[in-house]
Amino acid sequence: MSKYLVKRIGYLFVTIAIVSFIVFMMLFFTPGDPATLILGNMSTEEAREAMREQLGLNSPFLVQYFNFVKDLVLHQDLGTSYITQRPVLQEILEVVPNTLILSFVAIVIAVVFGVALGIISAVRQYSLIDAIVTVFAMIGISAPIFWYGLLMILLFSVQLGWFPPSGFDTPSQMFLPCLALGIQSMSMIARMTRSSMLEIIRMDFVKMARAKGQKEVWVILSHVFRNALIPVITVIGLQFGMLLCGALFLEVIFSIPGLGRLMIESIKMRDYPVVMGGVFFMSLCVTIVNLITDICYALVDPKIAKS
Amino acid sequence: MENNKLLQIMDLCVTYKTQEGLVHAVNNLNLEISDKETLGFVGETGAGKTTTAMAIMRLIPCPPGKIEKGKIFFEGEDLLKISDRKMRKIQGKDISMIFQDPMTSLNPVMRISEQIMEMILLHKKINKKEAYAEACKLLELVGIKKERADDYPHQFSGGMKQRVVIAISLACSPKLIIADEPTTALDVTIQAQVLSLMKDLKDEFGTSMILITHDLGVVAEICDKVAIMYAGSVVEYASKEKLYLNPSHPYTKGLFNSIPKLDTDEEFLEEIDGLPPEPTDVISGCAFNPRCPYCMERCEKEKPGITYLDKEHYVCCFLYENK
Repeated sequence: MSKYLVKRIGYLFVTIAIVSFIVFMMLFFTPGDPATLILGNMSTEEAREAMREQLGLNSPFLVQYFNFVKDLVLHQDLGTSYITQRPVLQEILEVVPNTLILSFVAIVIAVVFGVALGIISAVRQYSLIDAIVTVFAMIGISAPIFWYGLLMILLFSVQLGWFPPSGFDTPSQMFLPCLALGIQSMSMIARMTRSSMLEIIRMDFVKMARAKGQKEVWVILSHVFRNALIPVITVIGLQFGMLLCGALFLEVIFSIPGLGRLMIESIKMRDYPVVMGGVFFMSLCVTIVNLITDICYALVDPKIAKS
Repeated sequence: MENNKLLQIMDLCVTYKTQEGLVHAVNNLNLEISDKETLGFVGETGAGKTTTAMAIMRLIPCPPGKIEKGKIFFEGEDLLKISDRKMRKIQGKDISMIFQDPMTSLNPVMRISEQIMEMILLHKKINKKEAYAEACKLLELVGIKKERADDYPHQFSGGMKQRVVIAISLACSPKLIIADEPTTALDVTIQAQVLSLMKDLKDEFGTSMILITHDLGVVAEICDKVAIMYAGSVVEYASKEKLYLNPSHPYTKGLFNSIPKLDTDEEFLEEIDGLPPEPTDVISGCAFNPRCPYCMERCEKEKPGITYLDKEHYVCCFLYENK
């Protein structure tokens, strides 16, 4: 188990290194001149050149990347924002809690309800409730997240006035965006749980458990569900990455000061260090969630931990 | 009803609803088994052997399966009439089951000790520690070192897994074990080991056993009585000796003829002409009539009843009716 863990953590660092390199490269080749953006169109060419020199934009690509990595590793420094002139790390840390709360609550909603609905519709296959869950799950998977956000604002804020349409300070403000963000993943998890349960439920060891005289509830929970969980964990891990992406849209729609909104604004302003920092932070989150997923695998499936 | 009969099945009919129509998996099946007896249950794939076993355990998935009629008396009580709760007390404790494929009959994410303990804790009033000790004892009994109790199924070979399954089935000293082709999925050398283990333990525990198989060699090795099944019903029932010396039903004869003989040099094996009926087909008269070399006009119209050749040998065939 510990060997497995060390290997997985090793993968985590490799992944982050590769992601940061790719993102750095993309930003390097993106057209647009930060110096002009900072100084404005009316600035002289000399002033812009001096600014580029000061920002280190004239050095070759690899040197720039090396400097970025060096600052990050040695000083935990992600650079300075071109626009606000504040450290990027500080800017990110100010907004990241909102994004994490949003994604975390959404994934909890998705897992709890998705798994529960999946189990119910598998156990009651072809029943009315199974049909209802299936239809809603298909709708949930098909439509984009931002659309739910907009619809919910229209219904619950504008028409009914139950929840505020923006902000992220009180639970009532958090409710709508978290729900909108969770729906798609919930549907995905419900579908996956259902099909995975149905596959396991036909296996011999389930009959064996029944033949032991075990109660049906325990047959489902301790024999079927534990085995069905393995593919469901994969989906949950993958969904978290999707959720972070969806959070980006919802932060804009619900005016939540989060990482997504910060990044979208920074992209508009060509504020490369903030964009770079934001992407770096998100990839860190996704890889950590994947690490947790891998650990969960090992806990659920004894074959993985032993090999 | 006689008292020494442990299990008595009367006129059992089981159907399955499928897209092709209603399948009559078991048709008017009659069967009985006494204390400490081993009954070999022989028939081709699809003859309804497993369905009968599942009906005894009351594990037929409903829907699509349904027990249409019949009675299954176990120690004088009709298993088809008692409550689920009462049935759960019998499942595992009084009747236990060994499934065909040991590769899939153990839960891959549970330690084998847990799987044995599950059975013990369900039926005996003892604590976990005692149950664990008992699980270890059972493992030693089936020839697995108790140090391996905390291993997972994937760490065992097929034969070892079947030993674990046998340990589970014996955990509560049941009165009847139903073994559904317990050796089919195993290597031939391992088959012999597992069979002799089952035979020894059965004698040691004084258990009755229904052994489902399509291998007449296995039957010869460990069974006392044999029931030959064709298309959902028993066509011949006899003690092993009588059946092997005097196979009477044309289908039984066909089965024995198809065993390759050691003393002759044959290019082709003897076979029974034709194929078993499609499960959805309802054949009028005797179900075997399209393949039977002795088929008479009457066989296509009427279903033959039970004819007793002697006290413990009956056959469902018109050929013997007037003898």
